[in-house]
Amino acid sequence: MEENRKPVLQVSELGIDFGGLSAVNGLNMEVYEGEIVGLIGPNGAGKTTVFNMLTKVYQPTRGTIFFDGVDTAKKTVVDMNHAGVARTFQNIRLFGGLSVIDNVKTGFHGRITYSPLSAVLRLPVYRAKEREIEERSRELLEVFGLTEEADQLASNLPYGAQRRLEIARALATEPRLLLLDEPAAGMNPQETEELMAMIRLVRDRFHTSILLIEHDMKLVMGICERITVLNYGMMLAQGTPEEIQANPEVIKAYLGD
Amino acid sequence: MKTKMKMPALLSGKYRGRTVSYSIVLVSWLILEVMMHTGNLSSLFTSLLVPVCCYVVAAIGLNLNVGISGELNLGQACFMSVGAFTAVCLSGSLGPAVPSLARLILSIVAGALVATVFGILIGIPVLKLEGDYLAIVTLAFGQIVKSLITNMYFGIDSNGFHFSFVDNNVSLAAGGKMLLNGPMGATGTDRISTFTAGIILIILSLIVVYHLIYSRSGRAIMAARDNRIAAESVGIAIFKTKMLAFGVSSCLAGAAGALYGLNYSTLVPAKFDFNTSILLLVYVVLGGLGNMTGTIIATIVLVLLPELLRSMQDYRMLIYAIVLILIMLLTNNETIRVWGQKLKNRFMTKGGAAHGRES
Repeated sequence: MEENRKPVLQVSELGIDFGGLSAVNGLNMEVYEGEIVGLIGPNGAGKTTVFNMLTKVYQPTRGTIFFDGVDTAKKTVVDMNHAGVARTFQNIRLFGGLSVIDNVKTGFHGRITYSPLSAVLRLPVYRAKEREIEERSRELLEVFGLTEEADQLASNLPYGAQRRLEIARALATEPRLLLLDEPAAGMNPQETEELMAMIRLVRDRFHTSILLIEHDMKLVMGICERITVLNYGMMLAQGTPEEIQANPEVIKAYLGD
Repeated sequence: MKTKMKMPALLSGKYRGRTVSYSIVLVSWLILEVMMHTGNLSSLFTSLLVPVCCYVVAAIGLNLNVGISGELNLGQACFMSVGAFTAVCLSGSLGPAVPSLARLILSIVAGALVATVFGILIGIPVLKLEGDYLAIVTLAFGQIVKSLITNMYFGIDSNGFHFSFVDNNVSLAAGGKMLLNGPMGATGTDRISTFTAGIILIILSLIVVYHLIYSRSGRAIMAARDNRIAAESVGIAIFKTKMLAFGVSSCLAGAAGALYGLNYSTLVPAKFDFNTSILLLVYVVLGGLGNMTGTIIATIVLVLLPELLRSMQDYRMLIYAIVLILIMLLTNNETIRVWGQKLKNRFMTKGGAAHGRES
């Protein structure tokens, strides 16, 4: 990698066991500032498990995760978000009972804060912060083309819009690293095309590194600078899209012997 | 042709529910005050005014807990009980030397505070649980608190306070007064609660709850309800958030209980049993989860109904049950809901044209 880029995420010898089953083992990878990295592999390879370890939904059994140079061993899910890791989910997880804009506003929970008491008493600090939250949420909705739907219930949005809203909500937490779990799942080729442009825009405009899980090879090869391939919880290969496409091990894992 | 007529801010969007709630409370207060002063209110009805206010406040609190925070709490009456007996003891200790209004305010504040402390203490183990488990544990805590107060003896005399859990003849010096008498509860309480105090309490609790809902904390509470995992992933601490809702809910129940306790000269601990918790839950569910206006209406109707049906004697609980079932059908039956929606749409299109929403 380029020398002047700083690593945001450093994972070494990461592993997790569920009972006797070792789901992920010996994973080493880095994500540098402003980089888009892909995590691919056949179904059941352990990709989402890696995401769950990076966000501390699961506590890794082995290995270390350094985020921004800090060991995350003792951090919780909430701490990880405050430290600057945000994610989307494979099966979309929005706050269905909240409006689209309120979903984005919840993203600012840890960033623009005021106490419940100042809300109940409607102190000036409440008004000022709430105005800031509103303005910045509107900006995010505009970037993701959701301005028209701002006041709809999130659960009433069409599928593609829900995926975009999830990214907007994650970005509201001002992440340094954004984890996207199959962002193109269920999208048609044209939507995927738009999504690719959007991911690049997110990287450039919000200055965040992106690690994404994806099955759509066109998307992965199109926007990722580096790719890590997992198979049966083990790291199979790592490299640029060209290297990965030419790697016989990877081809074997995907196509069989 | 786009003549976008702007609806008054108070009637549009997210403010409509609040405006309606406040209006209902204030209008009923005005009407009832006028009726009381002109002597048009029966004594039965007058005697129900304060209890209705208390149930409304406790139900609003419970709706924050059940509707907004999504935790099934079956112990709301226990917080009312804590508030009620705290208030009765404080008011009794202060004695008639303190003007009754000051005593009422102090007692309600004390009742609310003590209930909040109880809420937080109970919340620590309870909020680590989810769903049915949480319901069962709140139910159990309700029983525990009831049993504790049933076995509590508390008196005051010139030597100070006397307190016991076993000894039912706490020996008091001459001129002393028993404030809590075990299963007999509190007796000889000064009846200092007023209807106006009840209305003010409802308005205050509405302000607290609405202001909380439409804020950062309210969004966090609802986010934690809708999707726990996603809420944590955006940096919301679930336990703290749930605790806020639980604490405010028990605080309101405590204030309601305080007002209730000071409305009667005698009050037995058995008043705040499991049935009362369930009744409060019924008001909340029938009024609509998360819907404060609905809660107010449901509480008023369902508290008054059994009393108004008293003339029907044995049949009154039967009718009460039928009304409950009817409301449930009306609010939850798919066919009836669709039919209601159609009806609403028909009116709305007429209204919509008037607002110039259609071109």
